[in-house]
Amino acid sequence: MIEGAKWRRWVFFYIPLGIFILWLLFPFYWMLVTSVRPDRELYRPWMAPNYAPFWTNHPTLVHITDLLTQTLFIRWMANTLFIALLSTAISLFCGLLAGYALSRLKFRFAGALGTGIFITYLVPQTLLFIPLADIIRSFQLGDTPWALILTYPTFLIPFCTWLLMGYFKAIPRELEECARIDGATRWKAMLYIIFPIALPGILSAGIFAFTLSWNEFIYALVFLSSAEQKTVSVGVTSELVRGDVFYWGQLMAGALLGSIPVAFIYSFFVEHYVAGLTGSVKG
Amino acid sequence: MARVLIRNLNKFYDKDVHAVKDVNLEIRDKEFVVLVGPSGCGKTTTLRMVAGLESISSGEVLIGDTVVNALPPMDRDIAMVFQNYALYPHMSVYDNMAFGLKMRGIDRGEIAKRVQDAAEILGIGELLRRKPRQLSGGQRQRVALGRAIVRHPQVFLFDEPLSNLDAKLRVQMRVELKKLHTRLNTTAVYVTHDQVEAMTLGDRVVVMRNGLVQQVGEPLELYNTPANRFVAGFLGSPAMNFAPVSVQDGNGGLRADNRGFTIDVPAEIGPRLRPYAGRDVILGVRPEDMQVANGSHPPGLCFDAMVEVVERLGSETLLDLQVGEQTMVAAVEPTISAKRGDKLRFAMRPERLHFFDVTSEAAI
Repeated sequence: MIEGAKWRRWVFFYIPLGIFILWLLFPFYWMLVTSVRPDRELYRPWMAPNYAPFWTNHPTLVHITDLLTQTLFIRWMANTLFIALLSTAISLFCGLLAGYALSRLKFRFAGALGTGIFITYLVPQTLLFIPLADIIRSFQLGDTPWALILTYPTFLIPFCTWLLMGYFKAIPRELEECARIDGATRWKAMLYIIFPIALPGILSAGIFAFTLSWNEFIYALVFLSSAEQKTVSVGVTSELVRGDVFYWGQLMAGALLGSIPVAFIYSFFVEHYVAGLTGSVKG
Repeated sequence: MARVLIRNLNKFYDKDVHAVKDVNLEIRDKEFVVLVGPSGCGKTTTLRMVAGLESISSGEVLIGDTVVNALPPMDRDIAMVFQNYALYPHMSVYDNMAFGLKMRGIDRGEIAKRVQDAAEILGIGELLRRKPRQLSGGQRQRVALGRAIVRHPQVFLFDEPLSNLDAKLRVQMRVELKKLHTRLNTTAVYVTHDQVEAMTLGDRVVVMRNGLVQQVGEPLELYNTPANRFVAGFLGSPAMNFAPVSVQDGNGGLRADNRGFTIDVPAEIGPRLRPYAGRDVILGVRPEDMQVANGSHPPGLCFDAMVEVVERLGSETLLDLQVGEQTMVAAVEPTISAKRGDKLRFAMRPERLHFFDVTSEAAI
């Protein structure tokens, strides 16, 4: 918080913060306005006398109902949710075990392995999808949700592993040692002591992984072809642009509805999530 | 039944760091043994090997009559208190104390009873529902102790449990630990770098340095007859004064000459020091064994010194002295009024002099 006179607080805190919030939220506002704007307003030229880009006096839900009834949007949402949840679960499970092992167990090449995992995360997806496409084809997974459920972990596992590794390292070793003297095996110590303490970190990793898979575009674009298999990010952009016609109302409604689950998850876990990114364990 | 036997214990880290060297130690049943030494002396590593938290490079550890080298920590029937308490932050005090019992499948009624008993002994009965972060340092310390005692283990292991407490609380907890041990009457191994804790708590004290055991014995035995210069200097505060002296054959006996002072070697030490005649040795004398001389002191044990610094502690006064080229500390009665620059005559107590070999540093 800024100390001192009131004007200082306004100039250095409230006003910049306000501008920043407006800047961040404007796209969402634009989505909202566009999705409730009737078509005749949407395609009105900008020099028309009654042109009002930031407001509409005739709000309509027709785009949203059309989106939900005339298109496969609900199907895409379900696809995305299924894929994101499953790939997050797989990545979190592997990331937990790998992160724990790399941070706690002493074995040869542990450091090199950790770095190796990190390097795989640095390989851009735009390169990786080419060999992956070949693999997907060999396993005949093309155009099924499994094409994504099994490929998303290629970038989610390194990410989760690294995030959790850092988190586990911050937990004092003595806690686990004490548990093991108290009569817990390594597994039990992990389950009853380490994981509950690392919960904020695990939640952060999960939220991040979920968001990354929810928003993923390139793999979904390449590995899925039929309309009913698509995810929201691909479905909205490919199926709602028919020929060269942009159905802006539906497009924006789709984008808006598609971002709701992520926003919902963030707000739900925000306290844990912030603690996970910034927090430390205090004994 | 619950003695701990350590045989030829060694610990290597990465082959080239030899942290614990051939330690042999018997900790008798119900005994309170303190391992003490400067940091990096191998005391904690030794304790952790007894606990099973560190692998044993060579040698054996026996608890009771069982060789426990290959046993995991949970099967050694020990309890350990850590320096940072290692309380489980997500559990209440009750659950912290009950955790070990739950892991061992003890039934709930028995757990509740044992936790209540321990909480009563330690005076933390009203804290059982709190989380560790809501406790003060001293309370956390008690919970950590409670977690150890509910288990009724064969051996307690303490790894510098008091060093995170402030000075006043540390003294108080030290006394409570002592009482607790008398009450529970269980074998205990206690690691500390604080020589006061070692002296006050231990039935016996083990002084370690660089992975080697320097001396094992009762506190006063170590204090009065240290085996070498290191033990002599480590125990006692302020530390023992050391002065290089050359041993000379004088009229009727040996004399120790330091250029700053010359004293007669007391007759009972004479025979042991005889082989060193004409050579250098180290003279050790504790600050409290130097007194301001009056007529009654034998002149052969007196020397002159100049007072450099006066530290009045109330119960005693510490004088930093310049003796020839040597600085020494004397602890004298608080009634003696001395000030910087005073020239005083001091006498050493003959029966309290220590001599050490220059090269081996062993007591002569």
